[in-house]
Amino acid sequence: MSHLGFVTMDENTENLGLLPLNNWHIARGGRMVPFAGYSMPVQYEGIMAEHLWVRENAGLFDVSHMGQLQLSGPDVAAKLEAILPGDISALKAGKMRYSLLLNNDGGILDDLMVTNTGHNLYMVVNGAVKHGDIAYLRKKLPEDIKINHMTDAALLALQGPKAAAAIEKLGIMPLQPDWPQVTDLYFMDAAPFMWNGVALGISRSGYTGEDGFEISIPAEHAMEFADALCALDEVKPIGLGARDSLRLEAGLPLYGHDMNPEILPVSADLSFAISKKRREEGGFSGAEKILNELENGPVKKRVGLSIDGRQPVREGAVVVNGNGAIIGNVTSGGFSPSLGRPIAMAYVPTELAVEGQEIILEQRGKKIPATITKMPFVPQNYHRAPRGVSK
Amino acid sequence: MSRYFSEDHEWIQVSGTSATVGITDYAQGQLGDVVYVETPEEGKALTKGDDAAVVESVKAASDVYAPVDGTVTEGNAALADNPALVNSDPEGEGWFFKMELSDASQLETMMDEAAYKAFVEGL
Repeated sequence: MSHLGFVTMDENTENLGLLPLNNWHIARGGRMVPFAGYSMPVQYEGIMAEHLWVRENAGLFDVSHMGQLQLSGPDVAAKLEAILPGDISALKAGKMRYSLLLNNDGGILDDLMVTNTGHNLYMVVNGAVKHGDIAYLRKKLPEDIKINHMTDAALLALQGPKAAAAIEKLGIMPLQPDWPQVTDLYFMDAAPFMWNGVALGISRSGYTGEDGFEISIPAEHAMEFADALCALDEVKPIGLGARDSLRLEAGLPLYGHDMNPEILPVSADLSFAISKKRREEGGFSGAEKILNELENGPVKKRVGLSIDGRQPVREGAVVVNGNGAIIGNVTSGGFSPSLGRPIAMAYVPTELAVEGQEIILEQRGKKIPATITKMPFVPQNYHRAPRGVSK
Repeated sequence: MSRYFSEDHEWIQVSGTSATVGITDYAQGQLGDVVYVETPEEGKALTKGDDAAVVESVKAASDVYAPVDGTVTEGNAALADNPALVNSDPEGEGWFFKMELSDASQLETMMDEAAYKAFVEGL
């Protein structure tokens, strides 16, 4: 634990990449810190205020550190299914899906979103591991599959209950006049749009538990687009600090913390990412181990924790049994601004992964009681399609 | 009464051999929203540089060191119910603990308010 753990300049800062909106963040008062190899805003006015703003209004996040990839070539969906456990072939144009990049043992190398744009597959992968992901995909996919890393595109996320009302004010037009408007998208839909002559790829998605959009935009136009959004009363720029507390409240796991190459999808409580057809047919990386885990249950499982008292329990704290032996570990934890109390995610032995189960955590030599709680901690607010509606 | 500052962003207000310790306004600003403070128990003997308290913001936990040697006489009970006092009044009501000094000469190595202000401006 650091002393008064705030970030000061260190030698690593010299080698940090600068994102297209770097100067914009600084001009807006963003406090810049090293993250995923880039200098990024951790907060503007304060994590608590920014978090609560997103839950009630709309927040603009710069997530340009994430990797945007285009995969194309013959039978690209079927070829990608040799690695991912999702039913990519069945993904209709304009639809996106959450999936996992798996190693040969079924361990999680990354989590990602894959979209069928109609003429290629568009993937968003985590910033800290994007170069490794690309190298792995290149190694695993046949040569006739092209991978384009879109290094000239920024990625913005507009999140919150007023996101749709805000984005509607920008005058974004469908690429074809008879295509749906941006506000006609439902959760996990995506489409191309135009804004002031600039081509945008927009999806109705995000990682805060709120309704919202993710917008891929050419880097040279990102600043004017961010300015246009933040000129609206309902939109403020939001830093990475609040992004983390929002996704924790939403019960969403974070790569490198709640998921890593040692953890299999079922253990991570991500069985939903293994499509029904793929369960029946197998044929993805580590399928044998993962299908076995599905059938017989994992040894340990990711759960949500409600913490007694007010002290946050962080990543690195452990779960102990009555004898003090370590039986699990906390992988994400912090103070929930919406609930006003600490919450966490942990791995516990599967037999204890039951709602209402009381457990004991240990942090810096101090024992802290906690209760296993269902997630999300704060209800998700996605704009889902009504039943029976599918394009 | 005199107030001294450490390079680790603690302040200590001294009256005779008694002192009150907290973190500076600069430190609270860097930490952001404080959501929990763990203060030391009465009677705890501290050596300069020891972990004396823990302050938790939404994002992270941080140690607060003992700026000098001494024995804790009181932790600030008000912080249990209202840790945000550290943000709203860091150098007043948001104090962390009181102590009885065992070696007042250690204060001579600390900064006064003007020196601390210059130190922070150089960060």
